[in-house]
Amino acid sequence: MDTDILTEEPQAMIPRRRFEKVNEIIERNGKLQAVLIPILQEVQAEYRYLPEEILTYIAMVLNLSPATVYGVATFYAQFSLEPKGKYVIKICDGTACHVRGSDPVKDAIRKRVGLKEGCPTTTDLKYTVETISCLGACGLAPVIMINEKIYGQMTPQAINIIIDKLETEEGDAK
Amino acid sequence: MNTLSVDHQTVAIKNEKSLLELIRNMGIELPTFCYNSELSIYGACRMCVVEIEGRGIVASCSTPPAPGMKIFTNSPRVQRVRKTVLELLLANHDRECTTCEKSGHCKLQELAERFGVRKIRYGERDLKLPLDTSGKSLVRDPNKCILCGDCVRMCWEVQGIGVLNFSNRGSKVQVGPAFNKNLAEVDCVNCGQCSAICPTGAIVVKSEIDAAWTALHDPTKLVVVQVAPAVRVALGEEFGLPAGEIVTGKVVAALKKLGFDKVFDTCVSADLTVLEETHELVERLENPADLPLFTSCCPAWVKYAEHNEPEFLKHLSTCRSPQQMFGSLVKKYWAKEMGKKPEDIFTVSIMPCTAKKFEITRPEFTTDGIPDVDLVLTTQELARMIRESGLLFHQLEAASFDTPFGFTSGAGVIFGASGGVAEAALRAAYEMISGKVLEQVNFEEVRGFQGLKEAAVNLDGNEIKVAVVHGLGNAKKLIGKIKTGKSFYHFVEVMACPGGCIGGAGQPVAVEKAVKEARAKGIYHADILSQLRKSQDNPIIAKLYEKWLEQPNSHEAHATMHTKYITRGRITGEDIQLLTSKHQQKLDVAVCVGTCCYLKGSYDTLQELMRRADQAGIGDQINLHATFCLEGCSQSPSVRINEEIVGGVSPEQVDSVFTSKILNRSQR
Ligand code: SF4
Ligand code: SF4
Ligand code: FES
Repeated sequence: MDTDILTEEPQAMIPRRRFEKVNEIIERNGKLQAVLIPILQEVQAEYRYLPEEILTYIAMVLNLSPATVYGVATFYAQFSLEPKGKYVIKICDGTACHVRGSDPVKDAIRKRVGLKEGCPTTTDLKYTVETISCLGACGLAPVIMINEKIYGQMTPQAINIIIDKLETEEGDAK
Repeated sequence: MNTLSVDHQTVAIKNEKSLLELIRNMGIELPTFCYNSELSIYGACRMCVVEIEGRGIVASCSTPPAPGMKIFTNSPRVQRVRKTVLELLLANHDRECTTCEKSGHCKLQELAERFGVRKIRYGERDLKLPLDTSGKSLVRDPNKCILCGDCVRMCWEVQGIGVLNFSNRGSKVQVGPAFNKNLAEVDCVNCGQCSAICPTGAIVVKSEIDAAWTALHDPTKLVVVQVAPAVRVALGEEFGLPAGEIVTGKVVAALKKLGFDKVFDTCVSADLTVLEETHELVERLENPADLPLFTSCCPAWVKYAEHNEPEFLKHLSTCRSPQQMFGSLVKKYWAKEMGKKPEDIFTVSIMPCTAKKFEITRPEFTTDGIPDVDLVLTTQELARMIRESGLLFHQLEAASFDTPFGFTSGAGVIFGASGGVAEAALRAAYEMISGKVLEQVNFEEVRGFQGLKEAAVNLDGNEIKVAVVHGLGNAKKLIGKIKTGKSFYHFVEVMACPGGCIGGAGQPVAVEKAVKEARAKGIYHADILSQLRKSQDNPIIAKLYEKWLEQPNSHEAHATMHTKYITRGRITGEDIQLLTSKHQQKLDVAVCVGTCCYLKGSYDTLQELMRRADQAGIGDQINLHATFCLEGCSQSPSVRINEEIVGGVSPEQVDSVFTSKILNRSQR
């Protein structure tokens, strides 16, 4: 049976469990308009993005117009309306990192995870690659961040080592 | 006494809420974009700036007056800031003024001219966003939006809907419907109030002028036109006449000169509406469960109810709007009299309304598959056609409407103002119930601009409670009170536009309330001038029944002048997919989680269904999804199993529905 790369539960059960989770999140926070942001945060943690139909559902339950919920979801940078990968790789493109070669690092990463031109996320929803303006670790330039972890003094070679490691861990977990 | 000074002049502070109000009261017309006295204060456009000594530049709309302030409205700094604000807005604006629908009525254009902006020091915008032409009534052009938020607040604060909102951040901010959808994909009711308040051409009425000319120039078509009540007290404004001046005769004359073969009066079908609707009311009075009766002449209100109040649809009068009654009479009966087929007659309506443009496209409003009304032109569009043709409006010799739809009662005319339909119905109901002649025909309680007007009218011993609301936000509040049992009424009139049809979005641009008040005055004046004040006295109406319609509420009258309503989802989009079956004989099950069904516990229904499916071990044979509206549902919570919609599936009902409709079709 197909299982999810993240949770190992049967693929067929995921949508159902997630939707139940959404309802749980709403119940727990209270069906109040004031808690929209915490609800969105938790829902995003569950789906790794905010699917349109779930936002519509949230609007309906909280008795808000979908346009209001959409407005909030697009206002904050922490929210994404596009699916994100299991691993979100952020490449710092601040001045220091740029000067020290963040571009070749970025190219190496995109090539390694097999990203198509113009797409931030791989089709298997494993990797998302983004650039951000400054991670505030200029001393370590060029810097990347994978999920919550910072990696400094990156080179195209180092990238391969790091991703190899991710892949092995992944395999072990299975 | 508390005073402050404005441009060295000492003024007393009365109870003005903002400096803007105080300064405007002094006769200084400070420029604004995002300020509107009917909406909340937003304070974002910075057009209204003034300088306060010691404080510098402030937005006057959001600064309350304080004693001792020294204010300058035209200092060099104020002048500089104003120009900069305008230049920045213009830099980001698609400046194709000559081809813009709003040209000549655009506030941005007007202020740029007023402040002599002659060059723009900033670059041009290179981004061209797509237009939204999906709706029947409006066109949105985001390239012309200055982000003042007026439409956002109008749709939410006044109409209680919230179709439009801001999205994104920084330089990417936009105003529009959720998820970048088009207006036709969401719960927009086409009231057009957003376009009426938009200072620029970012939301405009969809123009049908070209189609009108084509029909007029087509020798094979007999082109007839109907004119709504509210048009006659507003069209004059486009030609420099005061608001509220009754220009009926000139409107008719202009239409004849433009080439319309027959010019008819929608007030005649308004009189018909009164008779049909009052009969319906009297019938419903027998059965309290059918009350209140809501009016149905406003297509924006009807669509609102279809989206938001499915349980109240059975309370909407089944009467078609006067526009549609008229179209149906023309195509069904009058055409025959003229020896024409419905398709050889082209019916145009001149309406104060943008939602009417949508209404004519409703599939039920057809005769033999031909639309009953072919085209709607707004008051503004008619004005443009008159200008195009070079007719000098004020010199036109008054003309009169053609028979047979040419003579109206005053009751038909007051349909144009909020409260008018209720008043007209009361005039008829009194006589119908009591059998006596009504001497005092004015029901002042239901007139005017208050958001909710109520009246308890004694109709010969029977007290009838009437409520009148205008602005859908007020309707929403009222329905809330009716639902919780806080209020009870027999009859409720709803008009979507503030002030009723006289405040329709197709009318000449009128930001001030005074203009609408003058129009309402004109309407009631036209009523007084009418020979007959009650619809039931109109001899034309008696004739129409005799010739075509038998009697009010007859079978024939129903077929021609009544209608049905449908439930509508609030937004189109994907369902929430919960179980995906790869089974060959899978069963498709959709559970509605739209507002109504959700409130009635449809989430528990959904849970219960999944539990039962698990228990029976047939989860893999069901394609299960949560949907936002099944359209055509009757009773919440609704479930669709393959093609069949099943109503009233509460969690307790799941078991029997599951056994009878799902389990026996599955393969175990
Ligand atoms: S037409 Fe009316 S309902 Fe539609 S967006 Fe505009 S204000 Fe809202
Ligand atoms: S569409 Fe018009 S009213 Fe709405 S924010 Fe833009 S400019 Fe203002
Ligand atoms: S009118 Fe005051 S900020 Fe817009």
